[in-house]
Amino acid sequence: MTFLAQASGSIVDQWVSSFWIALLIKAVAVLGFFLVAPLAVGYMEHKVLAHMQSRFGPMEAGNFHGWAQLVADGVKFVQKEDVIPEAADPTVFSLAPAVALIPYIVLFVTIPFSKTVFAENLDIGVFFLLAMSSVSVIGVLMAGWSSANKFSLIGALRAAAQLIAYELPLVLATAAVVMQAGTMRLVGITEAQGHYWFVATQPIGFLIFMIAALAELTRPPFDMPVADSEIIFGAYTEYTGLKFAFFLLSEYGGIVALSAIASVLYLGGYRALPGLPIPEPLMMLGKITVLSFIVIWLRATYPRLREDQLQRFSWLVLIPLTLVQIMVVAILKVAMR
Amino acid sequence: MTAQEYAFTVLAVIGAIAAIAVVTARNVVHAALYLVVTLASVGGVYLVLSAEFVAWVQILIYVGAIVILFLFGLMLTKAPIGRDALDNEHQWVPMMVSGGVFAGLVFLIDRAFHLDSRARFAAFPAPTARVGDSLFRGFVLPFEAVSFLLLAALIGAVVLARKDEAK
Repeated sequence: MTFLAQASGSIVDQWVSSFWIALLIKAVAVLGFFLVAPLAVGYMEHKVLAHMQSRFGPMEAGNFHGWAQLVADGVKFVQKEDVIPEAADPTVFSLAPAVALIPYIVLFVTIPFSKTVFAENLDIGVFFLLAMSSVSVIGVLMAGWSSANKFSLIGALRAAAQLIAYELPLVLATAAVVMQAGTMRLVGITEAQGHYWFVATQPIGFLIFMIAALAELTRPPFDMPVADSEIIFGAYTEYTGLKFAFFLLSEYGGIVALSAIASVLYLGGYRALPGLPIPEPLMMLGKITVLSFIVIWLRATYPRLREDQLQRFSWLVLIPLTLVQIMVVAILKVAMR
Repeated sequence: MTAQEYAFTVLAVIGAIAAIAVVTARNVVHAALYLVVTLASVGGVYLVLSAEFVAWVQILIYVGAIVILFLFGLMLTKAPIGRDALDNEHQWVPMMVSGGVFAGLVFLIDRAFHLDSRARFAAFPAPTARVGDSLFRGFVLPFEAVSFLLLAALIGAVVLARKDEAK
């Protein structure tokens, strides 16, 4: 298909001539990355939170500092009984984890790890990422409604309200970056940051993007939808076993995804600092790790916002700020041409 | 058939079945979820036609925002939790109306474009840059008119929904 052919230039396309074999290799690579990276972030969360709270965290599984703890957790999840509440809507209940998880897997198709290491360099890159990350909430809504549990429903409603409020600043902040870079292709945006990273010209945009991304992932301090002291575990209250593990995986996959998007948009993606002889894919992984660490750090630092504060903050602070940001970038872009 | 025509056929069948399910579903939340499938398959059709920008706008706006607002509204107001069924008895009138509109549209489109049954799929890739160019060069006035209209509607909605404290 033409839109895929245009996007060639990936290292896989250079090695393999057959379209279908290349597609298979890319699919396996993306899936493999998705199955490893969120586990690494999950393990990092265990350890970082523990050390910030003067604990050790997991120490037993796998002997060395409990590195295999999440593998052991996975085995435990598989063994658990798959409970579906009697009043629940079984089809929607079972589909919900997949709907929440799959968008985050698909999203990694466009993340570039070097000028040639990526699956597809879509013409619409950034837009594709935003579209995918917003679809995931449908899974949360399905879970909350089909559980036939009022805490689940309240959690799902909060998640939806939060997504609606924070999707706008996320998209608008991204639009400002796209305007400065002059392209939506992720490789193009990265290459446009040859002289300086966009965080230097749009520091406020970067801050807004990270805040909105945290809210979109419902991570603390924006974790109203899963506020354990009020509504147990929000939309996921009734889930057990593998389905619950899927929701957890989509949360950690989301952290990796939004860290990757933020580092492409603002931190120069795979570009190394001048004078640092680090391979490009490692540079990208390093930036993702640092941003994921900050996301976890915030969880250990800030208390949860109240629902009304959360909505007020987005509509009255973030959205006007991003609109001003877009205007400033547009004026400078025209003036400096 | 080419690969594109296969893909179109599959997407069209899925979309049509889901669209019928939207109106026959006995549960409003199920109807909204079938609507997700329909809208996503329309997005898929845009992709098959190489209209990448429109396709992902379709996913971002319709699937990612509008349907979520639908579901939000339904759950906030009257969606029955769990398996309760909603009975809609008045299906015949809407069926006639929508059937009439469908037949009329098919007739008009056929007349307007002189559809040839042997015509092949003609995908014309429209890179985002070209879409933006034509939108902000060739169609600036209609674009601004539409955005002005939407702004007016937005302000109107806020005014209508706002409840001033009577003091």
